[in-house]
Amino acid sequence: MAELKQLQQMASQVRRDIVRMVHGCQSGHPGGSLGCTDFLVALYFHTLKHNPKFDMDGKHEDLFFLSNGHISPVWYSVLARSGYFDINELATFRKLNSRLQGHPTTHEHLPGVRIASGSLGQGMSVAIGAALTKKLNQDDGLVFSLHGDGELQEGQIWEAALYASHNKVDNLISTIDVNGQQIDGTTEQVLSLGNLHAKWEAFGWDVLAMNGNDMADVVRVLELARSKTSKGKPIMILMETIMGNGVDFMMHTHKWHGTPPNDEQLATALAQLEETLGDY
Amino acid sequence: MKKYTYTDKKDTRSGFGAGLLEAAQRNEQVVGLCADLIGSLKMDAFKKEFPQRFFQVGIAEANMMGIAAGMTIGGKIPFTGTFANFSTGRVYDQIRQSIAYSNKNVKICASHAGLTLGEDGATHQILEDIGLMKMLPGMTVINPCDYNQTKAATIAIAEHAGPVYLRFGRPVVPIFTDPNQKFEIGKAWIINEGADVSIFATGHLVWKAIQAGEKLADMGIYADIINIHTIKPLDEQAVLQSVRKTGCIITAEEHNRIGGLGDSIAQLLARTNPTPQEYVAVNDTFGESGTPDQLMKKYSLETDDIIAAVQRVIARKNK
Repeated sequence: MAELKQLQQMASQVRRDIVRMVHGCQSGHPGGSLGCTDFLVALYFHTLKHNPKFDMDGKHEDLFFLSNGHISPVWYSVLARSGYFDINELATFRKLNSRLQGHPTTHEHLPGVRIASGSLGQGMSVAIGAALTKKLNQDDGLVFSLHGDGELQEGQIWEAALYASHNKVDNLISTIDVNGQQIDGTTEQVLSLGNLHAKWEAFGWDVLAMNGNDMADVVRVLELARSKTSKGKPIMILMETIMGNGVDFMMHTHKWHGTPPNDEQLATALAQLEETLGDY
Repeated sequence: MKKYTYTDKKDTRSGFGAGLLEAAQRNEQVVGLCADLIGSLKMDAFKKEFPQRFFQVGIAEANMMGIAAGMTIGGKIPFTGTFANFSTGRVYDQIRQSIAYSNKNVKICASHAGLTLGEDGATHQILEDIGLMKMLPGMTVINPCDYNQTKAATIAIAEHAGPVYLRFGRPVVPIFTDPNQKFEIGKAWIINEGADVSIFATGHLVWKAIQAGEKLADMGIYADIINIHTIKPLDEQAVLQSVRKTGCIITAEEHNRIGGLGDSIAQLLARTNPTPQEYVAVNDTFGESGTPDQLMKKYSLETDDIIAAVQRVIARKNK
């Protein structure tokens, strides 16, 4: 188990990777990646029982599925820094012949990725499937998934929500990144989500709240979530984050959802993020 | 010329049900998912024998495809069951991203394909599903012709690694293939040999092609009749061998003329050996309510339509 300080240092380095990756190819999605950095760092360096010597079936491991695939930069960085592949490969992000496709895929056999994602709304169903197989195999590993809040506008999510509670898929811990932003504006403006806590409870899930940009809270709530598994209900963590967290000019706006920084903006961003473990 | 007869008729979906049960008995990794159509898909026997391996997902086909994709992680071999329309068009993006692009070992099993679904009408009679599925890279597309072949195909796809679309139907049709056949994915079945015309048929049109072949022989026209049960990957060698002998072809399928078996063969021949071809297929239209027989007649998918197409294509060859 990594100490809190080490997790925070890792998060700072991962945030540097994110802004450098999207700058390097002048495309990609920094906003949601920066917002979910603390979550993914805590997940991979503290919570998940996983093996960087990647095996697709992941038997007796915990599995993670990224449903909002556009935040691939943060996932790739965390996978590389966990040892799934060389950190220098991060420089190939979104470039021709790279395994680091714009959205995560299995097609190029990047270690750590078990399903393609990008077209939204599909990952919760996939996570349920993997969780069902774990039950059939009497494998006590857990399945985690991450989704955007805008993604909840996809109907398939609610099909999955119904299924998981009806069938007591209680080895599943899903997290929603509640940053309140989507491409065309705030979720409130585009298609409001209402009371998410009440919605998920009404769907029969055990619902937890978490400050996704407070590492201590993330670690605490992920452990709490683990303790609530195997009790007949799927677990939902509503994770409040600030899009663009860690880079002041990217925060509190949907403007940086899918926009890369220019040279000057990159320099400003990196000045705010300590290089703790060495850039790729 | 070989004579084909039948003593019994059954629906191809029952062949699927029987095949699924046997595949599950042979391999404990086989699991079944269904979207509120257990009886229609003939999955009752599987569900009864393997209740722990059966998953009722409700009327939620998108979720079913995603769950099936996820279940492969850890080694399961999921068979999804719903109508062909809800197995393809309704869930195209789920299949594309989570199954095909992700190369997951899911068997998409689709009943009530084509016009012969009958009275429910065009909302349920998909005629575009072969086209949708064959365009996905890595997807195997199979459309068997009778109960025995569907059962054998179901068992065979459980042993095949990779995504498969298996298409079958609702009406009872003659059983004329070997009950003990070994189904070989991608290997066409030569039903009869003749040098005047090639008839490539799939699904319910195979029996009609056999009947057409007998009538044609009475008229002095001898047809090569080939069952293309696997539309993708296409048995190119079988097609080319036949075409070299006959010089003209008919394709027969219960599908839109656009995007089906006929187009797959036309594309092969355009690249290698341009050949006069006539399509027996639905002419780019939706279906409607009616009995299966009425619909097959109205949309020109009968034995006589095959014979008329043969006469047209032979005339073109001889021009």
